[in-house]
Amino acid sequence: MKTNIIPAIRLTLVSVLFFSGIYTLIVLGIAQLAPNKGKGDIVMQNGKTYYTNIGQSFTQDQYFYSRPSAVNYNAAGSGGSNKSIGNEVYLGEVTARIDSFLVHNPDVKKSDIPSDLMTASGSGLDPNISIEAAKIQIKRIANIRKMREETVSQLIDQQVEKPMMGMFGTKKINVLKLNLALDQLNKNLK
Amino acid sequence: MNTELQGILLMFLLVIALGIPLGRYIGKIFNYEPTFLDKLFNPIDNIFFRFSGIDPRKEMNWKQHLIALLTINLVWFVFAMLALTNMSWLPLNPDGIPSMSADLAFNTSVSFITNTNLQHYSGESGMSYFGQLILMLWQFISAGTGIAICAVLFMAMKEKTSQTLGNFYSFFVRSCTRILFPIALVVAALLVFNGMPMTFEGKDAIQSLQGDSMQVSRGPVAAFVAIKHLGTNGGGFFGANSAHPFENPSYLTNVIEMVTQMLIPIAMIFALGYAINRRKMSWMIFGVMSIGFLLLAVPTVLQEMKGSPEINKLGITQPMGSMEGKEVRFGAAASGYWSIATTVISTGSVNAMHDSFTPLSGMNQMLAMMINSFYGGCGVGMLNFYIFIILAVFISGLMVGRTPELLGKKVEAKEMKIAMIIALLHPLMILAGTAIAASMPAYTASTLSNTGFHGFSQMLYEFTSSSANNGSGFEGLGDNTAFWNISCGIVMLLGRFLPIIGPIAIAGILAGKKYIPESNGTLKTDNSTFGLMVFAVIAIIAALSFFPALTLGPIAEYFTTL
Repeated sequence: MKTNIIPAIRLTLVSVLFFSGIYTLIVLGIAQLAPNKGKGDIVMQNGKTYYTNIGQSFTQDQYFYSRPSAVNYNAAGSGGSNKSIGNEVYLGEVTARIDSFLVHNPDVKKSDIPSDLMTASGSGLDPNISIEAAKIQIKRIANIRKMREETVSQLIDQQVEKPMMGMFGTKKINVLKLNLALDQLNKNLK
Repeated sequence: MNTELQGILLMFLLVIALGIPLGRYIGKIFNYEPTFLDKLFNPIDNIFFRFSGIDPRKEMNWKQHLIALLTINLVWFVFAMLALTNMSWLPLNPDGIPSMSADLAFNTSVSFITNTNLQHYSGESGMSYFGQLILMLWQFISAGTGIAICAVLFMAMKEKTSQTLGNFYSFFVRSCTRILFPIALVVAALLVFNGMPMTFEGKDAIQSLQGDSMQVSRGPVAAFVAIKHLGTNGGGFFGANSAHPFENPSYLTNVIEMVTQMLIPIAMIFALGYAINRRKMSWMIFGVMSIGFLLLAVPTVLQEMKGSPEINKLGITQPMGSMEGKEVRFGAAASGYWSIATTVISTGSVNAMHDSFTPLSGMNQMLAMMINSFYGGCGVGMLNFYIFIILAVFISGLMVGRTPELLGKKVEAKEMKIAMIIALLHPLMILAGTAIAASMPAYTASTLSNTGFHGFSQMLYEFTSSSANNGSGFEGLGDNTAFWNISCGIVMLLGRFLPIIGPIAIAGILAGKKYIPESNGTLKTDNSTFGLMVFAVIAIIAALSFFPALTLGPIAEYFTTL
């Protein structure tokens, strides 16, 4: 024990320097070459900056809704609901979301609502929704924005992000990008 | 085939393709054979040894190895306690994070030095950048400890009689600098070019498109996440771990993180074959582990893709499967696969919330940690598996009526006693811990976010994760209380160090015994018959120990959802 403790302390100190210090500095140096210097991917429109990957709360009817969030899209305190699938409080919440969605989208059949739009993500910051979740909102958006349904539908098709290399993973839509494109399109039409 | 399933196949095949050559490299490092990185790392290692006054050529016996390991871990524990309880005034704290309370600091310190990374705090609000960098240090060195002690096991399994088994510090430094450091750098670079932040700036205040004001937490994430996975640590930079869009921005980063976390556990299997020159044994172990892994992973993936029966009852459609607690960019399949990969190896990072998985998937996650040796954590997975090999050798020996032998060494009563104690320790800590928690509702009832069977599962999961040094959780558990911090801390300590001491003691004792050359009568330990035997031992121990507890939790919950 005694013969080991001094070398152990010194070995720890040199490890701090190397792994907390030098390693971090090298990665920080590499980050300066990366997009946006390693401060997170951003998208800019009308002079405002948004983080592409950080989901935002979209609850107004003129925008495509994002997914529900257990932390209300608090990007300084991520988290999920952590409710079990049979939890009655949780099932009550989902039912309330479904009812509210049907009130705002009277033309939609309940059995067509995709579950990702009614359930909260793990991070509470999911930037994506499924294609089905975007399509089911076309009628509402078209009515409020006074656009043709085909135009909105085409916009969604343009915004579909294919699986990685076309072969691996899910198809999805970035809600922020879709809504930014929607605003842009609306402005151009006017 | 479905693109989500293709993604899983890609992740599995990629890690095997990379793991085999890495295993050769690791084997060379422990055999002190020349490698192409020597020119760079020989001088760096020398700095480590010269500064710490260590002679890396001094041979140690198994007891000296363990003393060195335990001493340095004690130093780390004290150091971690000091750092975490003084964060508020230390540098690199742009968001004004407070210091930790004593019980939370105890839990967190133990959690990170034991390679568990159970987190009873939330990264955004509970850890300064200084704290994160110190935690990142343990992510390197606790993984390095596991790999180093596994190297000692390899030395002990060689075909000779020997009291000395190399130098612990030398194995440790070589593991950190020559294995973990270069791979972590490559992974971090890949991540930072794919949308992961790496900055020391604090929170950014922005306005959302519909006009809400938002605070966005950032930090030196990429450096942290690379070693978090490579070292099978799993502690999240942010509260939501690898579900957070900054900690896992895309499907590509998900593939990278997945492959990174399984890489070293798989490579260690092949390193064993290389180091002791028994390639066939590696394939036997790889076969048993992979079959076990797939038996847990495949049903979980399919169940999650099928969706939640409770959501079906509400009358909406589930084109993406069960999505509560999951991210659209990964989908149900990749989330289900991750949940088993992260629990069979001891990473414990999550890309979806395990609490919200369907009941039998939750059971598979727990089973993966209860078995804790299908691949297993960095180095220590192999130590756990070694115990099962010893048990299987003994039982096979009894069945054919011969003295049990492993690799030319007689396995006798003393070794068997140690193996039994270690094999039963894990169930004991899980079941006794859960029983104590369940019998003290005054301390635990208010911490559960679910009632009934699932509430019981939350407690069972927490102790399973602690004892397996995994670190994932059914995160609905409000676990930052003195009861959970201290009880889980103690379980993590015992669950880390006793399963290191036991196998090393056995291997050390065997190494000192006379080597008996193989003959026709020797039990072959590298063929599929023996593999089946090991698998049966693992399955029987797991079933006998854990089935009753699982019946009260996830199995009962499953029947209520029918």
